Amino acid sequence: MSLLKVDNLSVSFHTRNGSHQAVKNVSFTVEPREITAIIGESGSGKSVSCYAMLGLVPSPPGRIDGGSALFEGADLLALSERELRAIRGRDIAMIFQDPMTCLNPFMTIGQQLIEPLRLHKGLTAKDAKVRAIELLDEVGIRSPADTFDSYPHEFSGGMRQRVMIAMALINEPKLLIADEPTTALDVTIQAQILRLIADLQKNRDIGVLFISHDLAVVADIADQIIVMEQGVMVEHGSPDAIFNHAQHPYTQKLLAAIPSGHRTAERIKPDPLIAVSHLRTWFYPSNVKEPVKAVDDVSLEIHRGEVLGLVGESGSGKSTLGRSLLRLAPITEGSVVFDGIDLTQLEGNPLKTFRRRMQMIFQDPFASLNPRMTVYDTLAEPLLLHKICDRKSLDATIATLMDDVGLARAFIRKYPHEFSGGQRQRIAIGRALATKPEFIVADEPVSALDVTIQAQILELLIALGREHGLTMLFISHDMAVIRQIADRVMVMYQGKLVEQGDTEEVFGHPREAYTQSLLASIPGAALSA
Amino acid sequence: MSTETSLSLTDAEQGSSLWHDAWIRLSKNKMAVGGGCILLTFILVALLTPWIAPYSYETQNLDLGATPPSSAHWLGTDIFGRDVLTQIMYGGRVSLAVGFIATGVALIIGVTWGAVAGYVGGRIDAVMMRLVDILYALPFMIFIVLLMVIFGRNVLLLFLAIGAVEWLTMARIMRSQVQSLRQQEFVEAAVSLGLSPATIIRRHVIPNALGPIIVYTTLTIPSVMLLEAFLSFLGLGIQPPQTSWGLLISYGAETMEEYPWLLLFPGLALTITLFSLNFLGDGLRDALDVRGSKD
Repeated sequence: MSLLKVDNLSVSFHTRNGSHQAVKNVSFTVEPREITAIIGESGSGKSVSCYAMLGLVPSPPGRIDGGSALFEGADLLALSERELRAIRGRDIAMIFQDPMTCLNPFMTIGQQLIEPLRLHKGLTAKDAKVRAIELLDEVGIRSPADTFDSYPHEFSGGMRQRVMIAMALINEPKLLIADEPTTALDVTIQAQILRLIADLQKNRDIGVLFISHDLAVVADIADQIIVMEQGVMVEHGSPDAIFNHAQHPYTQKLLAAIPSGHRTAERIKPDPLIAVSHLRTWFYPSNVKEPVKAVDDVSLEIHRGEVLGLVGESGSGKSTLGRSLLRLAPITEGSVVFDGIDLTQLEGNPLKTFRRRMQMIFQDPFASLNPRMTVYDTLAEPLLLHKICDRKSLDATIATLMDDVGLARAFIRKYPHEFSGGQRQRIAIGRALATKPEFIVADEPVSALDVTIQAQILELLIALGREHGLTMLFISHDMAVIRQIADRVMVMYQGKLVEQGDTEEVFGHPREAYTQSLLASIPGAALSA
Repeated sequence: MSTETSLSLTDAEQGSSLWHDAWIRLSKNKMAVGGGCILLTFILVALLTPWIAPYSYETQNLDLGATPPSSAHWLGTDIFGRDVLTQIMYGGRVSLAVGFIATGVALIIGVTWGAVAGYVGGRIDAVMMRLVDILYALPFMIFIVLLMVIFGRNVLLLFLAIGAVEWLTMARIMRSQVQSLRQQEFVEAAVSLGLSPATIIRRHVIPNALGPIIVYTTLTIPSVMLLEAFLSFLGLGIQPPQTSWGLLISYGAETMEEYPWLLLFPGLALTITLFSLNFLGDGLRDALDVRGSKD
């Protein structure tokens, strides 16, 4: 018998602005001892369908319009809130994308594990502690007895996710629902967590329902894949069937959007636009004696017209390096020479002149646009500041700019919150291009976007780069994206450059062990095999 | 992307869209417009009082004594036979002036001070905020009494003194807002565009910090009006025969049982003002929050 059998589930949301059907007649099963993955972009209804059957969709505005969800024979949708709560805690456990928001920052990890153990299992304090340490050990926390009394903020993102998984395992659930559990993690950590989930599923004989936006992530671990688009289940099948014989055009589109292309290597004449030598950006936190060496003795050159990819995990200093080049982070030592002039010495007006020539595109298009400025205001600001155009030609220039980045002119009076993530990133790109810069630092510009949107934005960046002869420093933790866009690659680790070279060379024959481990953790090995 | 959607903007629209859009949204909010109209009427009446008041505020008519509302005295007279309507009109001049001027002073100093301290940070921030802490620690009454003793009793000084105390909280609210806004990427984007700190504060920081400030402002105006009444009651503010709503209310409260209209009407005037302020403030906050419900 299936562990979970969802039949014709429909969920809709009713607000003042009308109703919206989020999930339409979705049916699927989760078998015990299997990993079932639900794939879809944001708004596809993948999370809503799982939350709905656990009674976690707020109602109103949410409403379950029909269907059933049989969990071991009992219809979850027909249960009372009290019965459902018992099942949620005991038989079905959940882990979420951001473990930090799910852990109480004022309680130690140990306390947070002991509490439910005593509550649900009736263990004594002593036994609970022993059990908690066993659990931490099981999810791969090193020396669990020592870390027992640490607070959540002392853990890294991956460790916190392991703690969350340990908490989910307390009641020995039969079904584990994982909602984008690795989206916030670095690629090597992601690989570890995926392996952990797959191992747990095997050792504990549980069913796993894995929700993700990323096909590549689930490629290696899923036994069954369900693809959802706009509330409808468009395709399901084994990974092999999905990846090699996708029927539905949307699945094919998702597959095509997985960055895999190689940049056609045009040989670029080495003509350095930027030369960085022995750059150090150290931060001095007030309560610590030792400075944080975010960027430590980095020297590099960026040639005119090339896209230089900078890879590294979070905390490797790659963003700080990008910001230092633009004088957005305080440089401790070293020089940044842009077109023959040392930027580290500039202040005031000369610096402003250089700001026009170099721009930045940020990771989170929700944070990098002023929420109280319309597209028009956002784009007008740099144009007027640097006198790119006068008041008379302002409207026309803004319209051209919007055409360039693929935004409909009708949107000109709208505010950022009225746009989707991809459209917002287009606005941000438009703002960066407004000053007609020669050099752009793109800091994870596609990491916050859905995979098909990601492909569009990458294409836009490549096209605009060619058209305007841009030099670009493209920062990303995603090796596949880098491979698609970069001419040369640099790998950063703990504030230092560990490897650099032409893209294909680095990807084909990585010299350093660290680069090799990065490449090995790219999800979707099953895909390319 | 047809040519139909091409731009046709008048010069007037080319300022900041935020204020333009906020004004449109505000004008659609009936409660806020109603509150604004009432406030405007009160202010107009206060300005025109010397010409339109039915009686003189200092003429006593002891024969008349306290009479309930009648056709000659719409809102009645007080125990000295002075017309209550006239007193409320004159009192409104003082109360509204205190409310708006003192709050205005507090608003300008507080927002600027807090924005600069929060944005610049570091040592300058520490010095600026320690000054705020020191002023906080000064007992308010002693501060006012000292001012009055040194400079003599003077209505304008009273406004300034109250404003000088109220800006402290405003500065703290503003600073905490700005500190979190300063970390935002859109501020960093503005730096990388080459905008000067002053422009960034004005265009990117302050508009995004206005919500709490507006709410606090609508709370400050009534508290300032009551503060004035308290000071006047202690003999530090307005003295009879000059009057204010706060003073009228406190005298009315003493004779509440015999002559309820002496408390009722000044109380109503204050209450209506406060309600109007709240509606207008809420409307303003919603109008400036572009993420609010679309209309």
